[in-house]
Amino acid sequence: MLKDQDKQAQFEQAVLPHINAAFNLAHWLINNDQDAEDIVQESYLRAYKYYSSYQGGNSRAWLLTIVRNTCYTWLHENQAQGLTVDLDDELSSVEFDGADPERSLQIKADQQSVGRAMEELPAAYRELIVLREMEALSYKEIALIAGVPIGTVMSRLARARQALKECLSQRYKEEG
Amino acid sequence: MNCDRIQLLLNGYIDGELDLVSSLDIDAHLQTCAACSSHYGLLSSLQAATSDRSFYHPAPPHLEKQIRATLRKAGPGSPAWFPFSVNWFAPSAFLVACLLFMVGFLARGLFISSMGTSLAQQVQMAHVRSLMADHLMDVASTDQHTVKPWFDGKLDFAPPVTDLAVHGFPLIGGRLDYLAGRPVAALVYQRNKHYINVFVWPTSDQPAGPQNSSDNGYNIFHWNQSGMTFWAVSDVSSEDLLTFVQFFQNSL
Repeated sequence: MLKDQDKQAQFEQAVLPHINAAFNLAHWLINNDQDAEDIVQESYLRAYKYYSSYQGGNSRAWLLTIVRNTCYTWLHENQAQGLTVDLDDELSSVEFDGADPERSLQIKADQQSVGRAMEELPAAYRELIVLREMEALSYKEIALIAGVPIGTVMSRLARARQALKECLSQRYKEEG
Repeated sequence: MNCDRIQLLLNGYIDGELDLVSSLDIDAHLQTCAACSSHYGLLSSLQAATSDRSFYHPAPPHLEKQIRATLRKAGPGSPAWFPFSVNWFAPSAFLVACLLFMVGFLARGLFISSMGTSLAQQVQMAHVRSLMADHLMDVASTDQHTVKPWFDGKLDFAPPVTDLAVHGFPLIGGRLDYLAGRPVAALVYQRNKHYINVFVWPTSDQPAGPQNSSDNGYNIFHWNQSGMTFWAVSDVSSEDLLTFVQFFQNSL
């Protein structure tokens, strides 16, 4: 009995502090706070269940792997789009259409458009932006969480940023 | 490097994931290419915009309480054999595949270490640490026949140890260190009042001639030879260090 209490205390100390990271990822993948709460709760239960097989290392990345898996299961069950990206896209380099410096200033000024552009990204790109820009995880950690090679992390991030840029350009064009 | 390749690498560059040599290449390219430099500006502002705290959604306060309660009800976890470990460790197979892929695809770029710092930076930090912590040597001897056997049983390989005193680089000792996720041999040489650390460990990479880089005023040469990888680091001048490296290579 004491042992179980020890385990629970240890788990709570190591894994519960990452609850904000878990919720943020779920929020961005699911786009619905109520479902995100359910997913985080389920993820914690799963993490607790398998805690004895956790072999140390970065507990935040470990938890986020579980949260991501749980989100993807949910998304598949709800027939979400954008879970996979075309592999052909990932191996080519990113083409480039020139960027004007004024747009840099515009991006800074307009957080609302940036937020909407992020929501419109395919989930496979959106999660990379969340893990890299919001959690500041390394490519290696992101590769483990997303289950892709490190090189793919970089080319997907390049694609994701390109897509954000295009989405924002489009928006500015429409607004004139 | 052409602009297309720079466009891709710029992402690793702004994320601080490139090795030193590629970063320096990009620094140089950005100085001369207006298009890439403007793209860099755009990527930086995109990065700043997307990492804004206003996009971070922290968990609602009641959720943590709820989870603690659920955990208490759940009781003890399942035994360790549960296949979840597969979910977590399968990606490491991917990782190996990806490293192989990257060697071909990005040829010389992107040597990503466990800490997200490049190996060259790790080498430089290991050199600085060895001087700071008064732990330059585990075995202090100018005799290569004392230093070499000292490594026996401490490492799973036999590092080549050679004294270069006749060329003005006396061997003064050896040490165990930890780099690139493994124990490595550190050989310590002296040049006047300066120290040179040579880190050695086995590699399956092809032999490659010395590559020069510098970081925070330290010069670094890296090369592969005879199934070993070598990193020489010191605050002696780049010319002096290259001379040392050439004598060292010729003695192998």
